[in-house]
Amino acid sequence: MEHYTMNLTLKVWRQKNSQEKGRFETYQVKNISSEMSFLEMFDVLNEELIREGKEPIAFDHDCREGICGMCSMYINGKPHGPWHANTTCQLHMRAYKDGDTIVVEPWRANAFPVVKDLVVDRSSFDRIIQAGGYISVNTGNAVDANAIPIEKDKADNAFAAAACIGCGACVAACKNSSAMLFLSAKVSHLALLPQGGPERKSRVLNMVAQMDREGFGACTNTGACEAVCPKEISITNIARLNAEYIGAGLVVE
Amino acid sequence: MQWSEFFTSSVGKKFVMGLTGLFLISFLVIHVGINATIFADLVDPDENGAMFNKAAHFMGSTVLIRILEIGLFAGIILHIVQGYMLEAKNRSARSVGYAVNLGNRGSKWYSRAMGLLGTIILLFLIIHMAHFWVKARITHTLAPVTYNGVEMHDMFSEMKAVFSEGWVIAVYVLGCISLGYHLAHGFQSAFRTVGVHNNKYNSLLVNLGYGFSILVSLLFALMPIAMYFGWVG
Amino acid sequence: MLNSKIPAGPLDQKWTEFKGHCKLVNPANKRKLEVIVVGTGLAGASAAASLGELGYKVKAFCFQDSPRRAHSIAAQGGINAAKNYQNDGDSVFRLFYDTIKGGDYRAREANVHRLAEVSVNIIDQCVAQGVPFAREYGGLLSNRSFGGTQVQRTFYAAGQTGQQLLIGAYQALERQIALGNVAMYNRHEMLDVVKIDGKARGIIVRNLVSGKLERHFGHAVLLCSGGYGNVFYLSTNAMGSNVTAAWKAHRKGAYFGNPCFTQIHPTCIPVSGDHQSKLTLMSESLRNDGRIWVPKKQNDTRRPNEIPEEERDYYLERRYPAFGNLVPRDVASRAAKERCDAGYGVGSSRQAVYLDYADAIQRYGKAEVNKRNIQGATADQITQLGKDVVKEKYGNLFDMYEKITGENPYEVPMRIYPAVHYTMGGLWVDYELMTSVPGLYALGEANFSDHGANRLGASALMQGLADGYFVIPYTIGNYLADEIRTPAIPTDHPAFVEAEKEVADRINQLMSIKGSQTVESFHKRLGKIMWDKCGMARSEEGLKQAIEEIRQLKKEFWSDVRIPGSVTEMNPELDKANRVADFIELGELMCIDALDRRESCGGHFREESQTEEGEALRDDANFSYVAAWEYAGEHNWNLHKEELNFDVAKPTQRSYK
Repeated sequence: MEHYTMNLTLKVWRQKNSQEKGRFETYQVKNISSEMSFLEMFDVLNEELIREGKEPIAFDHDCREGICGMCSMYINGKPHGPWHANTTCQLHMRAYKDGDTIVVEPWRANAFPVVKDLVVDRSSFDRIIQAGGYISVNTGNAVDANAIPIEKDKADNAFAAAACIGCGACVAACKNSSAMLFLSAKVSHLALLPQGGPERKSRVLNMVAQMDREGFGACTNTGACEAVCPKEISITNIARLNAEYIGAGLVVE
Repeated sequence: MQWSEFFTSSVGKKFVMGLTGLFLISFLVIHVGINATIFADLVDPDENGAMFNKAAHFMGSTVLIRILEIGLFAGIILHIVQGYMLEAKNRSARSVGYAVNLGNRGSKWYSRAMGLLGTIILLFLIIHMAHFWVKARITHTLAPVTYNGVEMHDMFSEMKAVFSEGWVIAVYVLGCISLGYHLAHGFQSAFRTVGVHNNKYNSLLVNLGYGFSILVSLLFALMPIAMYFGWVG
Repeated sequence: MLNSKIPAGPLDQKWTEFKGHCKLVNPANKRKLEVIVVGTGLAGASAAASLGELGYKVKAFCFQDSPRRAHSIAAQGGINAAKNYQNDGDSVFRLFYDTIKGGDYRAREANVHRLAEVSVNIIDQCVAQGVPFAREYGGLLSNRSFGGTQVQRTFYAAGQTGQQLLIGAYQALERQIALGNVAMYNRHEMLDVVKIDGKARGIIVRNLVSGKLERHFGHAVLLCSGGYGNVFYLSTNAMGSNVTAAWKAHRKGAYFGNPCFTQIHPTCIPVSGDHQSKLTLMSESLRNDGRIWVPKKQNDTRRPNEIPEEERDYYLERRYPAFGNLVPRDVASRAAKERCDAGYGVGSSRQAVYLDYADAIQRYGKAEVNKRNIQGATADQITQLGKDVVKEKYGNLFDMYEKITGENPYEVPMRIYPAVHYTMGGLWVDYELMTSVPGLYALGEANFSDHGANRLGASALMQGLADGYFVIPYTIGNYLADEIRTPAIPTDHPAFVEAEKEVADRINQLMSIKGSQTVESFHKRLGKIMWDKCGMARSEEGLKQAIEEIRQLKKEFWSDVRIPGSVTEMNPELDKANRVADFIELGELMCIDALDRRESCGGHFREESQTEEGEALRDDANFSYVAAWEYAGEHNWNLHKEELNFDVAKPTQRSYK
């Protein structure tokens, strides 16, 4: 792998807080190594801004290894940047070449209001989970772990859905700002397992109701969410959610 | 859960869209099937639309079908009204847009343009109904034709008359293209929306949907074209 | 005097004995008792959820935007439990024994035995919550083996076990939030403990969005704030992982236990340049099949595939024929450092060794050929089949490596180097997980208790959940039973006012420095001092230098740091400055502790204390104790020793030859 350095033009959304209006600012960054991660490039820019007496750019990030779901940049029109099945923190600068211009925006959805610069408030996702994204089992109530055998395929599918990191890229990419991929991943995870059985109907009804209250749009099956999901959550989960919801909604009194 | 809660939820609304969509797809099957009888002319030059006129007469004179027609209108209206309401709600979920859009990197353009395609189809539908349905069902201003002693509308001649003008052909072809793309997404999406979630069937339905949308829109488009160029009638 | 409050009686009866006789709080009184939980990782989320279920009024705090982000989520390998589902001879005793031995006999027996006992309940609880552990075709749970053990007792969910366990605990927590039993405060950082009459009675937090300080009362305060590996700047920890909550508690009287015990993980992706902000772990499981080597020639610049077999030094296999590439983490890390320091390192930085899968690919390829009964398979065919097998086992890790380095590990050997991963040290706690401040508890990685001087793989998740689900719900009652007559203390109490003022003053002081150097640059410099002098190898001379350098750095920090922006807004640089200021003070204590412990044990390697072959040499006669440090003013600490008694697991020198 040949390494190189590059100079780039960055257009970054700056917004002081949730009340004030934002705008794009243009920055030049120089001598960026192709070995840097995208966020390290932002670190370099921020250090530069601080030294110049300017305000650094606020952005969410934490684990920087693609699992916590905190990073959230909309890079040149794509959540988490150009690579497939990737998070912003895992994107590396070898994806770019000298002279490139990169536009960086926050997630856009009314249910994800901007807090500052590229930081958005995703607490609506927590409230959707609060509406039923769990199995009601108090600590100490459990039977032996091997008491209920679970078909391997179902366990694997439940795991694949549970791999969601709650980053919100699905909402950001969806033309309707729908949270259906996120929601369906949780509903599928718990509906596929026998442990989730007792609350299966109330769970899906309550979670969808909460999603609607939060102001997310409805799903039109365009598939943009699946295409940008860093964990490759399948939109088949959305169809499963629909079946769960219709099945519950038509019978629950 | 109240019925009202179910049908006003985002999934419930989509369920209505999916069900009405599937209902309209079944209507299209019948519509394209009956209209395709005009191509009987290609086999028998003396036919002159007889089979088509009889089929159209059957559809217009059978009580059960007339009742179903009311259902069809209800379905179309529901599909249109619900569609616009959803489109408005979905658009309102993002007040500040992006400077750079994801575009075709995440989805097919026509899956994002269902509202636009639907609107074109609606405009086409108004013209189309003014051409035929209003004359056949409301004003009864079509010329009569008699087969085996039964008098009926000469719908076939009316088609020939309507499809003699270039702009009409253009409008119809545009309508058919819109319908084709609308179906290309709508067909498989409708099944997902009503809850089909088996990957084996979903991928089958995707392909079936593409085939269906191409076949239906092509057949429909060929009708005015064939008449305009005199291949039929 | 330190009282670890270990119950009397035989080791395997202590916990049962405790549970049978600890004080209880009746449900009506629980509703009146408020508990503060700081941090929402495995320990914090499980504790907050369990205490909420019991009926306590819980307030939980995390600095991230959601409790689900806590860094427990990044744990890859798995979680140990003495279920013995594999019928391979596992038992509570063996898990206890392996953990004590793996910790190089510097952990407390009673705590570790309790951990092994409740490990089985953890798996039951997690499965009931819907954690999708890996399963066999028969539908039962699958296990894998891990370093330092001879049985298969590790439960896992692909390479994302931590994520799945945390999501389970997070969901339980969200359920309690929905029920109103837990109030959740996201994007809030704890900046001080409030003590009233010697007891912990609340905390001061900063709302990281508005910048405002808030006071919160609690009858008890639980710190579940994780480890402090980021004192080294570069570590596998998340960017936000910090010591601040624990350090504030320490300054308010909580003793810090074994601060120098740091785990350096051998298989991480090496540093690529000065821009590096964090390091990424490659799961220990990769050492099951990969072979580690360096060139036999110093400063060899050839590409790895150009170096012939006879010119490669498989140094772990050479030095430790019995365990080979599977020696414990501390041993593997030191061996890699030794080779690189001697000039045999690879890659552009020369600070890396190769982890090679070529042999494994061939081995698996040939096995596949036999399994599928392919006649006359070509070399390419064998290689391809081998790669497919490796992909199935380790695909996600290989993908991660390729994303970061741009190199394809199926074609060229991976470059790896040790990195700071976990801190065994932490706040000193007694058997009930209470620190030396009454009413102040520490759970999970934030406490020092269970892993001694070296943690075994797949044990961190076990400890976090054990503390939160199964220990604290019992032990906290023992304290709170005496607090039922204490009404909630209003937060205009002078102690709250004073604590908030102290915090505000410190923040204002930081903001008013308006110097010339960034917070990040100080953090990097601290990290370099710590890594060079208090990292994988430590010497008296180096540690003394480090202490001086850190004191100097502290002065410079407090006179020349530049923090942009203002206090009353979201200000990540200010958040970072608060944390780095505490890391600097902690760094000094770590060096003091490392200097004081003139023996080598587990992850702590003193160059003065090694065998002739360069292996770690423990000194049980003089250092079989927990070093609990009491804060006594700037640059000043008092050492309290908690003697460790090994009644059951008798100490022996570890050997992997």
